[in-house]
Amino acid sequence: MTAVAAKHKYTYRSRAKFWVHLVLMIGSILMIFPFIWTILTSFKTQGEAIMIPPIFFPSHWNFDSYKEVLRTLPFDALYLNTLVLIFWRVICASVFSSMAGYAFAKLDFPLKKPLFFIILTQLMLPGQVFIIPQYLMLSSLNQLNTIFALVFPGLVSAFGTFFLRQFYMSLPNDLAEAAKLDGCNVMQTFVWVMAPLTKTAVMALAVFTALFAYSDMMWPLIVNMNIDKMTLAAGISSLQGQHSTNYPVMMAGSALAMIPMLAIYLIFQKQFIEGIALTGTKA
Amino acid sequence: MSERIIQADLRSARKPFRFKSDWGWAYLLIAPTIIGLLILNIYPFFETIILSLQKSQGLGPVKFVGLKNYQKLLSDKQIWQSTVNTLYYMLLTVPVGVFLALILAVLLNTKIRGRDVYRAIYFLPMVAAPAAVAMVWKWIFNAEAGILNQFLVLFGVGRINWLSDPNTALLSCAIIGIWSAVGYDLVLILAGLQSIPTSYYEASEIDGANAVQRFFHVTVPLISPTLFFVVMMRMMNSVKQFDTIYLLIKSNNPAYKKGVTLMVLFYREAFEKFNKGYASAIVLFSFVIIMVFTALQFIAEKKMVHYE
Repeated sequence: MTAVAAKHKYTYRSRAKFWVHLVLMIGSILMIFPFIWTILTSFKTQGEAIMIPPIFFPSHWNFDSYKEVLRTLPFDALYLNTLVLIFWRVICASVFSSMAGYAFAKLDFPLKKPLFFIILTQLMLPGQVFIIPQYLMLSSLNQLNTIFALVFPGLVSAFGTFFLRQFYMSLPNDLAEAAKLDGCNVMQTFVWVMAPLTKTAVMALAVFTALFAYSDMMWPLIVNMNIDKMTLAAGISSLQGQHSTNYPVMMAGSALAMIPMLAIYLIFQKQFIEGIALTGTKA
Repeated sequence: MSERIIQADLRSARKPFRFKSDWGWAYLLIAPTIIGLLILNIYPFFETIILSLQKSQGLGPVKFVGLKNYQKLLSDKQIWQSTVNTLYYMLLTVPVGVFLALILAVLLNTKIRGRDVYRAIYFLPMVAAPAAVAMVWKWIFNAEAGILNQFLVLFGVGRINWLSDPNTALLSCAIIGIWSAVGYDLVLILAGLQSIPTSYYEASEIDGANAVQRFFHVTVPLISPTLFFVVMMRMMNSVKQFDTIYLLIKSNNPAYKKGVTLMVLFYREAFEKFNKGYASAIVLFSFVIIMVFTALQFIAEKKMVHYE
């Protein structure tokens, strides 16, 4: 290759890179802008927010909207309920799905196929098909407006079982055989030898479960009417009715609902994204 | 979830390592999940079917009415309008959303600086609660003071009543839907792209293929299983979409009729009007729509998806 051709190729490459960066940056701005606009609006007064033409920054950083939204909604309860909901959903999904996933991948027992079919059936059906009967069950057990009601549909996870089964199947059988020769029974083999090898997969399932528990609005809205027993997602949806025209207050509420998860995401960004990628590629 | 994968799994699972006579352990391990699924999903599924054959309104007496709910459903104009709305929402979000995610993933799959930063930024909306996201966009789309219209006025385009004009309400929700999901799809597609061995690209480059040819003849076939999965998941999710449309297209919105989807109708019937029988019929109707699209997808999969 002559020097001229090499130089030509070099400029071609770097020019291409420039355009790629430009496209990705414009996209990034579109992705971030709503978040920035939320924060900026939340510090404006109502008058500043609806000014035409708009001003970008508030004239001074006032926290009135935050004070107002904290008065309107019991954010301490909303945070706590969301946290407890995520905690139980993640624990249940990880523990029960690990157990069942291991059994379906590595053990042999009568009726294995029909039982596994139950899991596949659940995966094919949209979640809303179950909602009315689930609600009626909780209502007849007098469990509406409780934390238990929030966790209820996520006590077990068909997706988690399927996902972890895939993972267990990729583990070699030799390990379990060796453990058996060393005198481990099924449970010991599972708990001490096999389960520790699925740490990445369980972490991925935990991220997946946590994200969807946090986002879900329909179910908390249905079972918990009482604002003290709501989650963030359901709780802030009630702001719309009360402050439907006061945008700074609504933005302050949105910011308070989004910031904790965003902060966790920014710290564990890699685990989040790789976890989600794993749940997509394995399932 | 692809049926093909499931079948392949059932085949490969046929000869597992076995602890003979340890059935007890196995049953103990699967008991919580199986019992849970029977109570939480299998029984409710049949219960929903039974409810759809009953008239049960509020606290009134429950009465078996046969297929009356379905007759009502088929003659209900709003149901058909909402079916059209649901399909329209699907059409607006799935092709554009997946295409954008694919393009972005291909751009990020080059040796580009800051790839992880870009990926993290595009994924951001996934960690924001949809209820909060809906409020933020309601403000952006606001007809008088919303930043989008202010921006459009600056460029001489008139104001658009994004969320209350029947022609744009669902489009606005679709924009929010694409914005929210593009990062998720991007992460899945990028993971698929990264599993393509670079030797394939090198070989095609030696054979004289340019970037566009490489994209269509190497990338697309090899990524097709991932794309298939993403498209299928997006289609199902677009039928199940609830939060944004429920929060932004309220019943007093002039765009309500042309904006409300089947899931929102289901929710309103079931938990605002307490019309459980009719609501069950609606949700089963949506389930049939999902099934039809899943079947279509599997037919398309046989023709278009390339498995190694």
